[in-house]
Amino acid sequence: MNSFSRQCRLTAASLAVMTVAAGAAACSSGSGGTSTKGPGSGTYAVWDPYPQFDKTSAWAKLLDQCGTKAGVKIKRTAFDTSDLGNKTLLAAQQGNSPDVLIVDNPVVSTLAEAGVLTTTDDTKLVTSKVDPNLLAAGQSGGKTYGTPIGANTLALYYNKKVLKQAGVDIASVKDWNSLTAALAKVKQAGKKGITFSAIGTEEGSFQFLPWFWGSGAKLTALDSSQGVSALTLWKDWLKNGYAPNSVLDNTQTTSWQEFASGDYAFAENGTWQLAGAKKAGFDYGVLPIPAATGGNTAAPTGGEFVTVPVQQDTGRYATSEKLVTCLTSADSLYDTDTTLSYVAPTSEVQDKQVAANADLKPWVDAVKAAKGRTSDGLGTTYPKISEQMWKAVQSALSGSKSPKDALSAAQSAAK
Amino acid sequence: MNQTTQLSDHRSEHVRNGAAAAPPPAPATKRLRPTSTQWAAWGFLAPVTVYLALFYAYPLYRNLDLSLRDYTVRSFVQGDAPFTGLANYRKVFADPTFAPALVHTALFTTVCLAFQYAIGLGLAVFFNQNFRLSATLRALFLVPWLLPLIVSASTWSWMLNSESGVVNAALHAIGIGPVDWLTSPSWSLASVIIANVWIGVPFNLVVLYSGLQSIPASLYEAAAIDGANAWQRFLRVTFPLLRPVSAITLLLGLIYTLKVFDIIWIMTKGGPADSSTTFATWSYQLGFGNLLPAFGPGAAVGNLLVVVALVFGLVYVRTQRRQALS
Repeated sequence: MNSFSRQCRLTAASLAVMTVAAGAAACSSGSGGTSTKGPGSGTYAVWDPYPQFDKTSAWAKLLDQCGTKAGVKIKRTAFDTSDLGNKTLLAAQQGNSPDVLIVDNPVVSTLAEAGVLTTTDDTKLVTSKVDPNLLAAGQSGGKTYGTPIGANTLALYYNKKVLKQAGVDIASVKDWNSLTAALAKVKQAGKKGITFSAIGTEEGSFQFLPWFWGSGAKLTALDSSQGVSALTLWKDWLKNGYAPNSVLDNTQTTSWQEFASGDYAFAENGTWQLAGAKKAGFDYGVLPIPAATGGNTAAPTGGEFVTVPVQQDTGRYATSEKLVTCLTSADSLYDTDTTLSYVAPTSEVQDKQVAANADLKPWVDAVKAAKGRTSDGLGTTYPKISEQMWKAVQSALSGSKSPKDALSAAQSAAK
Repeated sequence: MNQTTQLSDHRSEHVRNGAAAAPPPAPATKRLRPTSTQWAAWGFLAPVTVYLALFYAYPLYRNLDLSLRDYTVRSFVQGDAPFTGLANYRKVFADPTFAPALVHTALFTTVCLAFQYAIGLGLAVFFNQNFRLSATLRALFLVPWLLPLIVSASTWSWMLNSESGVVNAALHAIGIGPVDWLTSPSWSLASVIIANVWIGVPFNLVVLYSGLQSIPASLYEAAAIDGANAWQRFLRVTFPLLRPVSAITLLLGLIYTLKVFDIIWIMTKGGPADSSTTFATWSYQLGFGNLLPAFGPGAAVGNLLVVVALVFGLVYVRTQRRQALS
């Protein structure tokens, strides 16, 4: 008996797949299954990836207000963002999808592929005001599967004091060569160069993409000479001690903590760190990430999409559409994106944000130039490419393969 | 915690032997009113049967099913994945990650076990001397066991950080250059092994210590009178008499180590470049570590782990039986 139960516990532990499935099935009766309710019934389920916001937060209040406006009650559930994609797939399998789902943009194409999401044609949702480059992340096969609630992207934060000590004029940093030269100067001055995140998850790919795209490489050909040059840039930074070895293990949060220590000249990080930057207690600036030969590169867009999952009862879409429209109205967007430290997805609200806070100006520019990871018709092939890309980055930076070999291996595995 | 109770259970069972197998009053009542007792027996059996079926048999069946079908995100939702037989297994075997993952799993398990057992035994013998403060010290050694894994793993990864870690700072102080514990392919597996050994020692210590306690002191006295020195006493008295307990400790430890996931995932995510990937982390990586989950192959790797664990589970049962016979 003892060995049996231990055996089974082991089984259960190693097979998270069905444990989660069983859990979802067990909980489904309580979470407001939509299939049992008639049209226009009172409670609408909303799932979001913002567990940091509790019931008293502005976000929760906004949801309730939108619910009241549409004449329904909102049942909100917040998930960890990395969990939400799989939770949604499981819920859809159980016929228990939420009415409104707010989800990280690269997940949209996967969920759309799974047939979990309605198109804006189904829901009559209007997306004309949204910047096309941002909306592209939620489009696949000519259809649009939601509308962005806000966007963020990556840029270079720099520490003005460290640069001054090293005698670097930030205006001179225009392309990769001048950036590397600046890093060399910083190192000579006894300070640390640049920190970023090259961890073996989607975060690592997200951080590598601006350099990859900045080299002129395309995701459909990871092992192009441009792609290799981007990875070689990172590799050389590590080799020459311009970037710490810990980048291999850094999440964007730990990389930010390294920058916040005040020793680093540069950090590649996102819009969402602005609030933290003010608290760091030193004078910082923000610089768009330069492309290989000058000019600014496209950084990948981050941020979430508001989507309407497929329901058995299509009569619910009308109310869901009202909720989404309310959540993405100009006023709501302004409030929500201010709390999230995001850039709004429409020019109208972006202007208002910049007027209120001039610090956001470089970020608005960066977001306008940004590109969705699943754009260019990649859709659900992006996740496969991305996984191979972060593996290649890890192989090259850790020295187990040369950048060229790592990317060739990645390209053949991603096919 | 479970592991100790299970062990002591097992040992008391061993001592009581036949007594536990046949509770005396049962047959008498049975003969008087057979039907109602039978119903009662079924009634008592029902909760555990339902529990096992619901939480063990069904998930196991589902996982087997997952691994035999070609699941895409779409067919996962619609539930119409085509049956593909062993295609997922073939895919997993042909994957370039398979061989390294197998080697790492074997290395991780054996090295962890060897060190956990050796250190645990050494400490158990040491604490068996019953000097002053030995109880307090022994309690301190239990700390790794009491900490949630996420706490200990995060602490280890912070200590082993190549830039700001305290381990590299200490090495620097004694004049050794920095080691990229978590970020170099040649060290990452060693780092997770070190952390896991630290976590596993208390279990070995506690079980082996309780095993030592059951060895009668008179045997040592007799050996000492016969002129055996401390090392001979350990080799000829302690070690053979500890064999049954050692066997169980090692087998439980093996099954426990085989499935270690959290420590590796938190410290290295199986990287860099798969250099610390084991079957457990690989299964998770396939099923959940990507935006586009590959449930089929993930479940297949999980099932391979189950088979390995099952083999050792059988070894465990056989050892138990042999012990009962001897």
